[in-house]
Parts: sequence; C-alpha cells; structure tokens
Amino acid sequence: MTASPSTGRVDRKHLMTSVEMAHFVSHGSFRLDGVVPESMNERAIDVLDAGIEPHPYGTPVEDAYPQGSFVRELLDLPAVAGALQSLVGPRPAVDHHAVHVRPPHGGSAQDMHGDAVLDTRTDAFDVQLMYYPREVTLEQGGTLSVPGTHLRRINEGAIGRYQNLRGQTRLTCPAGTVVFLHHGIWHGGRRNDSGQPRYMFKIRFNPTVRQLRLWNTDDIDDPQVRATLATRFPWADGSQGRLELINRAKLWRVLTGDHDFDLDYYLTRERIRPTTLAPGATDPRLGAGGAGDGWGA
Amino acid sequence: MTTTIETAFDAPLAEPHLRQQLLVLYLSSSALTSTVVGWTRYDGTGASNPTMGDSDEPPYDTGVEALVDGWRLLQMSQLQPHPRGEEYDTGYLPFEFLFERIVSIS
Repeated sequence: MTASPSTGRVDRKHLMTSVEMAHFVSHGSFRLDGVVPESMNERAIDVLDAGIEPHPYGTPVEDAYPQGSFVRELLDLPAVAGALQSLVGPRPAVDHHAVHVRPPHGGSAQDMHGDAVLDTRTDAFDVQLMYYPREVTLEQGGTLSVPGTHLRRINEGAIGRYQNLRGQTRLTCPAGTVVFLHHGIWHGGRRNDSGQPRYMFKIRFNPTVRQLRLWNTDDIDDPQVRATLATRFPWADGSQGRLELINRAKLWRVLTGDHDFDLDYYLTRERIRPTTLAPGATDPRLGAGGAGDGWGA
Repeated sequence: MTTTIETAFDAPLAEPHLRQQLLVLYLSSSALTSTVVGWTRYDGTGASNPTMGDSDEPPYDTGVEALVDGWRLLQMSQLQPHPRGEEYDTGYLPFEFLFERIVSIS
C-alpha cells in the first residue's frame, strides 16, 4: 500500500504504536532519527536555498505540495507519513511552513516561547514537523525545548523570562532527522556557533478529523503505555508534576475515547460525589429552624 | 520650581561604581527551601549576557542556598486561589523568587 498523507492510505505497520503515542502525549515530541535517505538530504539544501512557495492557511497537502515536489516526497516517506497520520490523521491541512537557515556564527538565542498564541484547545492539537537535512551538532545550537511543557497554557513569548529549566534538551541529530512537536511545547532557537549553516524546514499541520485512535492501537494494553504517560520531568517537581499527569490523562481520554482512563486516582476521585442517603441519615428535626436563628433558637 | 523629567533622571548616581545583578529562581513549591526548577540571570554590569539555554545546571539547588551565598530576596510570587473549574489548568511557573546583589564595577 502506498504511503501518502494526502490520501490517508498509510500501511498500518508504519503508524505509531500506543507506546510511541504515549511518549508524544507526555513529552510533546516524537522523533525519527535519520529517516530521510541521504540522496534526498543532498537535494534538500538546494530546494531550501531556493525557498518554498507559501500558501494560504489550511491548504490541503495535495495542493500545497503537488506530486513530484520535494516536500511531497518527504511527506510520502512511509515513517513520516505514518507518524503524521497517527498524530493528525489522514488529509491534514497545511497551516504554514518556513525554511530556517542559521548562518555560520550567526544569529542570537531566541527567548523561550510557544508558537502562535495562547491556544485554548484541549480536544485537538496541531503538530509541527521539523526536518533537518544535515547533522545538527551541539555547536550548531539546535533548537532547545523543554519536554512536557506542551500542555501548559501560555501566551507565546510571555515566557521569555525563563532562560533555563531543569530537564531542557538541545536537539542534536543525524542528517535526515524528522521531529514532530506538539504545537504548545516551550522552545527557542539557539545561536549557531559553528562554521556551518544550520538548515531546518518546518511545516505546521492542522487535523481535519477528530484525533481519535489514529495510530496502531494493537499495543494499547502494554504496561509501558501507562508508564510512559506517567513520565516525570525535573522542571515539574512536586505538585506541578501531578497537574501534568492530570492533563495528560485528560488528553489520553480524548485520543482513546476512554473516558474512565486515569493516572493515579486524580480524575476518578473528583467524581466521587455520592447522592444516595445513608440509612438513618434523615432526621426531621434538622432544618426546622430558619436560617440565621443562631444558637438557642 | 521643577525641572524636566529628562534632567531629573539624568542626575548622577549616588554610588556610580555599583550595579545590580538579578537572579530569578523558579522553585518547586512556595517554600524557599524547595528545589530550583528554573533560573534566569540578568547582569547590570554589562560584563556578561545571560541568555536562554545557557546552562543545564542551576546555580543553586534551593532558594535558601542563594541567600546563603549573599543574594537578597526582593520579591516572591503570591499564592493565588484556584478559580473554580480551572483547578487543573497549568500555565506560567507559579513559584517565582527574585533576588538581587549589588556589585562593584570599579
């Protein structure tokens, strides 16, 4: 079966597993190291240097990137198409794309931010595909991101005061790596201190279907799913970490349709509000006095 | 008789050899003894330019460690009530502590 994000016909074996989807829900990212063949990576530099035509928000993939184009070839790679379909479903819309080239010894570190604006959605999300045609080394100052921050509601650059968080990661990767990020993850581009330009091509995708069980759920009962969802991060120690678990459980409910799913007992406990009266709990004398009668009434 | 704002704010510094350095610590709870989970520095001397992602290890493990090292606490975030219906919502880091120290540039 042909892999194609525009038709949605991706072989099930290329879809993400439940454990991988749980990783995306807890970390806000999913990476495919070196998934793009070297022959394409070599061609990519010229394509990116030439620029890629912009298009209106919400353009279907097949219109934005016609058959035969480099980007379509990238999106049709089975592993890429499988991840994309698992995250946002078949026939996603292209929100926008951008080519980022950091010149040698160029640029300055961005402030930390979340992309776009304060996003109110809790029942849907966009993904951002990041393609790195060349190896990214630490010296090249790859994107810094903070795993697990994607479910916190902040307004874009309002978090610019946060310079460092425990558990932050700097992306280093081999050539041909594709990373999918939840739209809400906290991140920032770093200065390129190397003598090589750093290339990255980004596409933001919107779902066009409900994001319900879009991946290969054969391993849904694997204990590793729950363990992965419960990953703790050092920047969210203590009570903040518990809130993260609650919000991940809520998102997992959305993605699976399992409205009883819980991590620990947090969401289950809040529903314990019995309405049945215990035997002997009805005393006709209670409530006989008027409000405010006070003592001795 | 008053002067212009520009003139008033152009008056010489009382201690022209002193500058402020700022340290913002984000802790895991409202207790100053709790763990540092995030940190930010601003250097009023102009000698350094701290930026995003400049270090993976915090300068102190707890807020109190910063006090012991001579930083002066200027402000700590207040504990805000949780609006009903939004108890589980998360956003900005809630436990922020702002410190300063005054250093000589002479």
